[in-house]
Amino acid sequence: MASRGGGRGRGRGQLTFNMEAVGIGKGDALPPPTLQPSPLFPPLEFRPVPLPSGEEGEYVLALKQELRGAMRQLPYFIRPAVPKRDWRRLPRELKIRVRKLQKERITILLPKRPPKTSEDKEETIQKLETLEKKEEEVTSEEDEEKEEEEEKEEEEEEEYDEEEHEEETDYIMSYFDNGEDFGGDSDDNMDEAIY
Amino acid sequence: MTQAEIKLCSLLLQEHFGEIVEKIGVHLIRTGSQPLRVIAHDTGTSLDQVKKALCVLVQHNLVSYQVHKRGVVEYEAQCSRVLRMLRYPRYIYTTKTLYSDTGELIVEELLLNGKLTMSAVVKKVADRLTETMEDGKTMDYAEVSNTFVRLADTHFVQRCPSVPTTENSDPGPPPPAPALVINEKDMYLVPKLSLIGKGKRRRSSDEDAAGEPKAKRPKHTTDNKEPIPDDGIYWQANLDRFHQHFRDQAIVSAVANRMDQTSSEIVRTMLRMSEITTSSSAPFTQPLSSNEIFRSLPVGYNISKQVLDQYLTLLADDPVSLLSLYLASADNFSTLFGSRCARIFRLVLQKKHLEQKQVEDFAMIPAKEAKDMLYKMLSENFISLQEIPKTPDHAPSRTFYLYTVNILAAARMLLHRCYKSIANLIERRQFETKENKRLLEKSQRVEAIIASMQATGAEEAQLQEIEEMITAPERQQLETLKRNVNKLDASEIQVDETIFLLESYIECTMKRL
Repeated sequence: MASRGGGRGRGRGQLTFNMEAVGIGKGDALPPPTLQPSPLFPPLEFRPVPLPSGEEGEYVLALKQELRGAMRQLPYFIRPAVPKRDWRRLPRELKIRVRKLQKERITILLPKRPPKTSEDKEETIQKLETLEKKEEEVTSEEDEEKEEEEEKEEEEEEEYDEEEHEEETDYIMSYFDNGEDFGGDSDDNMDEAIY
Repeated sequence: MTQAEIKLCSLLLQEHFGEIVEKIGVHLIRTGSQPLRVIAHDTGTSLDQVKKALCVLVQHNLVSYQVHKRGVVEYEAQCSRVLRMLRYPRYIYTTKTLYSDTGELIVEELLLNGKLTMSAVVKKVADRLTETMEDGKTMDYAEVSNTFVRLADTHFVQRCPSVPTTENSDPGPPPPAPALVINEKDMYLVPKLSLIGKGKRRRSSDEDAAGEPKAKRPKHTTDNKEPIPDDGIYWQANLDRFHQHFRDQAIVSAVANRMDQTSSEIVRTMLRMSEITTSSSAPFTQPLSSNEIFRSLPVGYNISKQVLDQYLTLLADDPVSLLSLYLASADNFSTLFGSRCARIFRLVLQKKHLEQKQVEDFAMIPAKEAKDMLYKMLSENFISLQEIPKTPDHAPSRTFYLYTVNILAAARMLLHRCYKSIANLIERRQFETKENKRLLEKSQRVEAIIASMQATGAEEAQLQEIEEMITAPERQQLETLKRNVNKLDASEIQVDETIFLLESYIECTMKRL
C-alpha cells in the first residue's frame, strides 16, 4: 500500500530486471509508441514460397478441383430441402405433378443407391436463353428429399430465392470440369435454345 | 479440438457433403458422442435428415458408433479423419505414380465412396477406364483385379471390419447396431473372385450399352441381377500406409539434401525393407544388419561393403532431427521473418541455449537487428526465454536469460496456424466464386449452347456470334477468377504438406516420451 503512490516514491523509473541483459542498452532509442491498432493486412515484407508448379503440381491441382466437383454429384451430397409451400395460396399450375415417394431404410450401412426420382418443373420465362428447371420437394409427412437433375442447365431467378440458395454453388465447382458433360446433356434442350 | 480445427472440418464437410451433413458432423465433433435423438433435438433438424447425414458420415468412416448399455447407440465423430479429406488428391496422385492409372482410379473410387466391395470397385474402374480408351477397346476386369490385389498386398487398401458370422443358434433379438470385427490376418486378404467381364461404355454407340438410356450416369444402371459373390466384404483406403509412404519420401529427400544421393539411396533401401515388417506408427524401424542392407541395395549401386559401412556410421553419427531441419529451413522462415531470422533460429536450435550476446556473435548479425528479430520470434512464440538464476533470490540483474527453442511447442503452434490458414484459403476461394457467380453461370450457359450447336453442326458465323456474348472485359474477369482460384487451391495443397509433417512429428515425439 505504501509503495503505491502513483509512482512518486523512491525507486520510481526502475525496472525489475536488468535492461542490458535483455539487450536494450542505455541511451538506445526505444521504438516509437503505437498509436493505432495494427493494420488488418500487414504489408508482406518477404516474398512467399513459390507454389508447387510443374507437372506434379498441376496434376494434383486439377485432381483436387475435379474431386470437388465429383463429390457434389455423388449421392452422398445431401442438399437442403426446399421449405414447404402453402399450395392453397398459389395457382395450381405451379405445382409439380411427378412426385415419387421414396422411403429410405435408414439403418442400413451399405452404400445407398440414389433414388431414381427426378422431378421437373417447367417455367416459361421471358428470357431468350435457356429453360429453367427446378425440382419440387416431396410434400409427404415424413420425407422431404430432393435431387437435382444433373443434365439440365439452371438459371438464377430473382423471385425464387430459396432455390437460389441450394443451387448457388452448383455450377461453380463444375465450371472447372472440362465441360464434356454439357455437350451431351443439353441435347434435349436444343429446341428450346431460342436464339 | 481447437476452434481452428472445428472450423476447418466444417468447411470441408460443407464443401463435400452439403450443409446438412456439415451441421450434424460439426455438432458431433463439438459435443463428443451422442445418441440419435439427442443429435436431432440439439441441432434442430428433422430425424430423417439426421439419419441420412449419419449414414453418409458412417459410410465415409468419419463417424463411428457404439452400443451402450440399455441398447442406446451413440455416435462419435473423428475430427482428424475429416481433416484427411484435404489430402485426398495427394493419396490419389501417389497411387498413380506407383500403380499407374488403374491404381489411381481404384483409390479414387474408394475415397469417393468411403467403402466398396471389390467387385463394385473393379466394375466401376473398368467402366471409367473404358471411357478413356479408343473406340472399340475395353478394359478387362482381370487387369483391374490384378492391380487391386497388388494394392492389397502392399497394404494400401484394407478390409473394413465386417459383421461377425453368428455361428451360434442364439435366438435372442439382434443387437441395435452390429459390432464389427476384423481379424489382423484377414485385413489384406483378397477374396477369391473370378471377375470376368469388360468395362462398359456410357455412350450408346457401343453395343454393350445399347440398353442404357442416353445421358444417364452409370450408377442408374444395375444390369446384372446376379448375387454379388463377395457381398459383405468391404474395402477402404488405408490412409496410414500412405502416410508411411509420405514419411519415407520426406526422410529420403531430407537425407539427400543434407548428405548426398548415395546415402539417401541407402536410407531408402532400409525403409523399403522394413515397410511391412514395422507397423506404421513405430518410432524406429527394426534393426537391420548391414549385410541385409547390402544385399537389398538396388542393382547399379555397386559400392563395396566397406563404403556402405562407412555411410552407415556417418548416418548414425549425425543426430539430426528432421523436423528441426525443416522448421529451420529457409522456406519456412524466409516467408515469416526473413532468412537472417532463419539463421538465428537454426543457431539457437543447434546450441540449445544461447545468451543474447552469444547470438549476436555466432550469427554474425549486428546487435540491433539481432535484437529485433529475436523479439519478433519471441512474440510469435517460436523462441522462449529460459531463466537461470545465479543467486537464490532470483534477482534479475544476476540472472542469466537464455534463448531456447522448444520444438514441440513451436510445432504445435505452427500446426494451429496452418489449420487457420487453410480455413482462410477455403473461405476466400468460396468468396471469390460467390462474387462472380453470375458471370460463371453465364459462361457455362454459353459453353453449353456452343457445344450443343456444334453437335448439330452449326456454322462458323453462328458460333462466333455466341462466343461474343461474353464481352472481352468479362473474359478478363473470368481469367482472373480462374487464376485466383487455382492459386488458392495450390496453396491449400502446399499447406497440407506442412500439416502432414508437423502432425507426424508431434505424433512421433509424443510416442517417444
